[in-house]
Amino acid sequence: MWDYTEKVKEHFLNPRNVGEVENPDGVGEVGSLACGDALKLTFKLDEESRIEDVKFQTFGCASAIASSSALTELIKGKTLEEAENITNKDIADYLGGLPDEKMHCSVMGKEALEAAIENYRTGETVTHQMEGNVVCTCFGITDTEIEDVVRENKLETVEQVTNYCKAGGGCGGCTGEIERIIQQVRGEKKEPREQQSKRPKNLTNIQKIQLIQEIINEQVRPSLKADGGDLDLIDVVGDDVIVAFRGMCANCKMAELTLTDVVQAKLREYVSEDINVYENK
Amino acid sequence: MDTIYLDNNATTRVAEEVFEEMKPYFTEYYGNPSSMHTFGGQVGGKLTEARERCASLIGCDPSEITFTSGGTESDNWAISGILAATPNRRKLITSRVEHPAVLTMCRSMAPHGYNVVEIDVDEKGRLDLDQLEKEVDEDTALVTIMWANNETGTIFPVEKIAEIAHNSGAVFHTDAVQAVGKIPVNMAESNIDLLSVSGHKLHGPKGVGLLYVRKGVMLRPFIKGGHQESGRRAGTENTAGLIGLGKACQLAEENIDRENREVKRLRDKLESGLLEKCSDAFVNGDSSKRLPNTTSISFEYIEGEAILLMLDKYQICASSGSACTSGSLEPSHVLRAMGVPFTAAHGSIRFSLSIYNKEEEIDKVIEVMPPVIKRLRELSPFGRQQK
Ligand code: FES
Repeated sequence: MWDYTEKVKEHFLNPRNVGEVENPDGVGEVGSLACGDALKLTFKLDEESRIEDVKFQTFGCASAIASSSALTELIKGKTLEEAENITNKDIADYLGGLPDEKMHCSVMGKEALEAAIENYRTGETVTHQMEGNVVCTCFGITDTEIEDVVRENKLETVEQVTNYCKAGGGCGGCTGEIERIIQQVRGEKKEPREQQSKRPKNLTNIQKIQLIQEIINEQVRPSLKADGGDLDLIDVVGDDVIVAFRGMCANCKMAELTLTDVVQAKLREYVSEDINVYENK
Repeated sequence: MDTIYLDNNATTRVAEEVFEEMKPYFTEYYGNPSSMHTFGGQVGGKLTEARERCASLIGCDPSEITFTSGGTESDNWAISGILAATPNRRKLITSRVEHPAVLTMCRSMAPHGYNVVEIDVDEKGRLDLDQLEKEVDEDTALVTIMWANNETGTIFPVEKIAEIAHNSGAVFHTDAVQAVGKIPVNMAESNIDLLSVSGHKLHGPKGVGLLYVRKGVMLRPFIKGGHQESGRRAGTENTAGLIGLGKACQLAEENIDRENREVKRLRDKLESGLLEKCSDAFVNGDSSKRLPNTTSISFEYIEGEAILLMLDKYQICASSGSACTSGSLEPSHVLRAMGVPFTAAHGSIRFSLSIYNKEEEIDKVIEVMPPVIKRLRELSPFGRQQK
């Protein structure tokens, strides 16, 4: 069982502000049944434009319920501007902390609040606008969302990103891209090779094959292996590179994407623009 | 009220008789069973008795039993040992609903050039025998498929599976950790080659188990060193634990009828009681071929961890196939493989009983649980729509 603080347990067993506000000024909905957690937040403002009443309904684990309850307590009586400044960390702190693996529950609270405020301002019933491009198809998480959690919570690893917003927690096909986003946000952009020598010219055939093997070993396989998969280089014929997926990857429905978006992209970046990667089925 | 423990597929309470049997072997008789002196010899004799008791429960010759550190080691060893013994065959077949001790081990063989195939199950968790028949071929070294599923209790037709494996000369191993002690197992009348048993699933201690290896089956050792266990598994035996395992097997043999009558009756009572009182709930798995002690029930539109935590308040212990309890984000691989919809997979609870459960305990769960489900549905945006 998870190591929850007394406050988390208390808010789970006796959640505050459960239900739906009648004639709400703002409604925010995030998550879905498929994802395993979802939150609906409704609020009403008083004459001074402060949040007079706020209620929630949550489908999820104990920490999702406790986070929602905490969120409603935190924003009650605040102006929308004040409420907007509340971060997922504030929600977690209010509860005396959440296990790392459950931080996505606090993020869900923050997102529901944003959606509800947006709904109030635009007057439209929005169900959590997805900005950016979907990076993690398993959980429908976009690059913008990942950038936000990385920035706000100073995250450093893919595992942390998964804990905070679930991205990367399914098939694992998006971990390479998450890694890239983390580096971009942190401004580190580690380049394993000198920028100018990224795509060396005039390689002999042997050198080319060696480089391909090196890139696969260093830049592709570690992330696949982390998820119980792997990939072997089978053959190189001119610019055609033939590989075979192993382990988890062999049965993965995302294998095709991994092939083009990860393997082929890396080889084009570091070896030659003309490379095409095929799977040896 | 005391704790109501309904999580016996996770682990069981050590039977009092087992504990008593083990005790002197920690303090009084602590000799090494491999020693030449009489002091160690006494322990060796007791270990022989333990082996005979285990053999009796599964109906085999004591020489076909090798003691291990538990189900996981037995499973890992069966797989690696057979692959090492048949290097010319490169295919390994298992199912999608295996315990991680088998599934993870099988998948880890893929990077070593093995063709690992995972057979599907249907919505009731029944194995796709047609697919199995198509996949088993001359290249198949091992078929490893569990006897009974730990989450749903669904029982697989292991004799039939063994026959299919043998038709192509493949070896058949079954992870029988959940089956042994709950349903009759007789290796003398069976065609199964290898079978894993775990001590703590049948009221023995944790950290002990055995691998049954049919006479004549070639298996490479997993742990190498001294020549304990006839050279098949090195390392000084966990004597007190294994003596406990022997006693637990003896008790399991005596209690097998009780398992299948009383435990089953209580399980059925719990199941029908909950289904009757809770809407939008259904049983996962094959009700007609199922362990007598297990039921997996999905409560739609709510989440398993939340249910468990509320039950914990009443000191009721069960387990959940939901993602949130395990730290992974996807719900149980077993329920997903069965195609249980997400709406229900997240809210699945497994109850697994033992001979120590009492009627009052079941009555209490039937009384306490429906309001818990109702309460959580009231909190859920989906529960409200559905009612
Ligand atoms: S795409 Fe992100 S985990 Fe599958």
